[in-house]
Amino acid sequence: MSQSYRIKNEGLINRNKEIIFKFNGKKYTGYEGDTLASALLANGVHLVGRSFKYHRPRGFFGAGVDEPNAKLQIQLNGHSEPNVNATEFELVEGVEASSQNCWPSVEFDIGAINNFLNRFFPAGFYYKTFMWPKSFWYKIYEPFIRKAAGLGIASVEKDKERYEHKYEYCDLLVTGSGPAGLSSAYSAAKNGAKVILAEDKPRFGGSLLTDDVTIDNLSGKDWADKIINELKEMPNVIVKNRSQVFGYYDHNMMVMFERTGDHLNDKPKYTPRQRLWYVRAKEVLLSTGSIERPIVFGNNDTPGVFLSAAAKEYIKVYGVLVGKKPLIFTNNDSAYETALEFKKQGIEPIILDTREERSSELIDSAKNQNIQIKFCHAVIAANGYKKVRSAQIGKLNKEKTGFENIQTIECDCICVSGFWTPTVHLASQSGNKLKFNDDIDAFIPDKSKQNETSVGASNGTFTLKKTLEDGFKTGFEVSKNITNNNISTSTPNSNETKKSVHDKFWCSPLPDGKNYKRFVDFQNDVAVSDIEVALREGYRSIEHVKRYTTLGMATDQGRTSNLNGLQLVANVEKKIVPQVGHTTFRPPFTPITIGTIVGREIDMEYMPTRKTPMHTWHEKNNAVFVDAGAWKRPRYYKQGNESLFEASKREAKNVRDHVGICDVTTLGKIDIKGPDAAEFLNRVYTNAWLKLPIGKARYGVMLREDGIVMDDGTTTRISENHYHMTTTTAQAANVLSHLEYYLQIVWPELNVNVISTTEQWAGAALAGPKSRDVLAKLFPNLDVTNESLPFMGYTEGDLFGIKARIFRISFSGELAYEVNVESDYGLYMWEKIIEIGREFNIQPYGTEALSTLRIEMGHVAGPELDGRTIPYDVSLEGLLSKKKDFIGKRSLQKEAFNKNDRQKIVGLVPTDKKSSIPEGSHLVVDKNAKLPNPKLGHVSSSCWSVENNNPFSLAIVKDGKNMIGKKLFAVSPLKNTAIEVEIISSHYVDHEGKRVRS
Amino acid sequence: MLNINCPYCGDRSQKEFAYGGDGTVKRPELNKEVSDEKWNEFVYLRKSPRGKHIELWHHIAGCRQWFKVQRDTVTHEIFKTAKMNEEIK
Repeated sequence: MSQSYRIKNEGLINRNKEIIFKFNGKKYTGYEGDTLASALLANGVHLVGRSFKYHRPRGFFGAGVDEPNAKLQIQLNGHSEPNVNATEFELVEGVEASSQNCWPSVEFDIGAINNFLNRFFPAGFYYKTFMWPKSFWYKIYEPFIRKAAGLGIASVEKDKERYEHKYEYCDLLVTGSGPAGLSSAYSAAKNGAKVILAEDKPRFGGSLLTDDVTIDNLSGKDWADKIINELKEMPNVIVKNRSQVFGYYDHNMMVMFERTGDHLNDKPKYTPRQRLWYVRAKEVLLSTGSIERPIVFGNNDTPGVFLSAAAKEYIKVYGVLVGKKPLIFTNNDSAYETALEFKKQGIEPIILDTREERSSELIDSAKNQNIQIKFCHAVIAANGYKKVRSAQIGKLNKEKTGFENIQTIECDCICVSGFWTPTVHLASQSGNKLKFNDDIDAFIPDKSKQNETSVGASNGTFTLKKTLEDGFKTGFEVSKNITNNNISTSTPNSNETKKSVHDKFWCSPLPDGKNYKRFVDFQNDVAVSDIEVALREGYRSIEHVKRYTTLGMATDQGRTSNLNGLQLVANVEKKIVPQVGHTTFRPPFTPITIGTIVGREIDMEYMPTRKTPMHTWHEKNNAVFVDAGAWKRPRYYKQGNESLFEASKREAKNVRDHVGICDVTTLGKIDIKGPDAAEFLNRVYTNAWLKLPIGKARYGVMLREDGIVMDDGTTTRISENHYHMTTTTAQAANVLSHLEYYLQIVWPELNVNVISTTEQWAGAALAGPKSRDVLAKLFPNLDVTNESLPFMGYTEGDLFGIKARIFRISFSGELAYEVNVESDYGLYMWEKIIEIGREFNIQPYGTEALSTLRIEMGHVAGPELDGRTIPYDVSLEGLLSKKKDFIGKRSLQKEAFNKNDRQKIVGLVPTDKKSSIPEGSHLVVDKNAKLPNPKLGHVSSSCWSVENNNPFSLAIVKDGKNMIGKKLFAVSPLKNTAIEVEIISSHYVDHEGKRVRS
Repeated sequence: MLNINCPYCGDRSQKEFAYGGDGTVKRPELNKEVSDEKWNEFVYLRKSPRGKHIELWHHIAGCRQWFKVQRDTVTHEIFKTAKMNEEIK
């Protein structure tokens, strides 16, 4: 019983290595070198899944990327992966595969009732049926459809595998290692070009592995091996198998998916499972070959129906028979090769040829071997539910629109060939508008938009001789232009059987009274009748037909269905295919895993983490961190069982009562140097900068050209032509780009240079009434009195041997300083301050307390400078110079910015002095008003005022300056709160700003 | 992904750059009267041509220079890149 369809002495598998695997719970054996599909077929297993919509039994149809049906759920190494293509998945020990889209089992699937109700599931069924009543959608229809549809089940476990990205550059990327790819890669490499040759299958050679041809007096396969071995030895060539080039992007950026580890049983520890290659190629050679297209006939989706080339590949590569009583159904010569391969194995095939009786090298050879051939015959329908048992065949009438006599013949598989479709997906992705070729009834590439050339079958060239000639020639010519070498390689002799002209027959007519389902697109269950319905309902554009019927969608991307679908639309519309046009091909050509796209950018590597030099200290002192861009900042330092609220209150109170220290390293710092630095600042900031003395800091606001506040911060004049600018943490990068823009583009005449020094300086803010005491002990040789180092003063000092910059600036509204040292000394500085500050009750404070302190003071920050506010709105209009021009000044004249009832920042206190007001709450007059309730403003920042011991918020309110003293409601539908608030000044603490100057 | 020839660094991947919009916009001079129309045009109005377009790019993950790129907005072909003080015709 085991592998009863395996033949001896044929195939490229390793028969010395048996592999045990499971399918739907049952054990089977195969060989190393098998795919899951070939191993199952060797065991006579055909039924592998149920179709998407009708749950019809489905089997294998192709032998590679052409496979529309056999998508399996794979369990391996504790992972579960859905929608794995069984015809591409290489067999490995221990793999467990199972069918998808069926319940309770693939043999007995309840969903198959859809098949018998199929008259109720026409094209667009979901659009039509589930429209009404609307309320049913979320609760009933959608859950039902979700359960019934879909393919495999995505894992919810974390993927433990390793994936990698790789960047590569080359002169020529060759996609596919058939005769076209090998010859062009070889001749380009010989001419000195840096070549990458990519083959999606494990074995190189493409059609040479299965075709009965000779090149250079070697068999096709031997020649392929010889060329590959030579290429592998060349230092200017990278040869990759198991690598699918799936995307063609701008400027010849090619993206390739390499299966590095999937086929290995004992994968070395650091070998990734899969790898994504970004290849920038000067030239791309598309040698992607062609895919056989089916002829459409009744029940053509029954397991046991194969593409004829796939049946040949199973014999030649895997030593597997897809059946023992094959029926070959063709409109061209190439299926005769399949018949002859069966015959070689002692199997008696029957050939149905839709053409008139004729003679050709292949046909004669079949005749000579006594293979039964029925000309002018076609398969009407396959019989059998879970497997082909027999076929209804008929003699075609003259017009090929009906049958003259119908009979049933026994068979266990039907191998169908409707000629070949060039694989033009990558060419189309590159922007190449395709053209229709009447000789082959298919689209081929036209004029290149990028540096790409198609050679061989992908270009509609179906003879080996011409393919090799073109390949060697193109490889040489393309490389010549890049390398300037002139070493050409001559085309070797080749032998192949000549083929006669194919027939345009593509779909068997239905006999009178018969209503067989004839599938065009297997993966999406689109039958001839569905497309006819779509056209009858008025869909004309092929793109609309595609969307209405789902023809050519999903992982399959119409690889086998596309042209037959176009042919059908053309027939019904009485047009020809090029008039119908084709749908757009999009990347990826074949499905790739999400893991590969993500690569190593997971967890800690998802984005860089920026830590300040004092980070380890924060960790040791129970800091709870918050993300500020890529930075980790202490949000609060937890003591005991404190909550965030309790801790931030304690920390803020300690600043108001004693002294606190805060890590402000993350603030953006920009060094500005040059003789025109003052003039530059004067243009960038809204206030005056020309007279700032050396050793002084100034607060500044910068606008965008549209008048909106961009950022604020202090800038200090370190020396004559040297300034130190600080920005908010969030805007640091934007401000630098902004400054560079004006210096390089708008005012290149200014002699100024800017550079980011954010990471060069570690900063600690000392805030609170005792901060001067700490500073004095920290710098015993420095005069830190109010007279010598006043508010907005700057000095430099020696901090136990380290040079420190001392700024007397304050965000908390308290007497405060910022000390900066070079980053490497940050931790040293911090520990010194903590040590010295101990006697003054110093405590670290995090961003939460920092916010509390600034909100109480009415200092604006990100929530107020939200990209919608002008200086007036946030009460910074006092900083607008009337004497000079600056960026954005002209925009402030706008009418809307000067209205009397313009929004303005205010303070809010809940009337009950207890309820804290959610940030984002809307301010309204009547909390019970009918929606939409007119909004007067919004709450931007909220805190618990440690000074007044009640909640306090900042808000931006329409006509804010006249609203003081009024009462409104702060409603938050999200938090379900409506709090009565009184509007007060935004400066809740130290109105006159005495403390910072004390 | 575009391949951009930075006039200072050479061919680099688009990943290193930030887009900076229309490269032909001129900021009105400082301290000069500007009409509402002219100012509005400078701040808000941009052409969105189909075809050749001169635009600004900023090599943010490289030399941090702003420069001009002449690109086809349909095909993404880049015809020329130039330093800010160079002309693209």
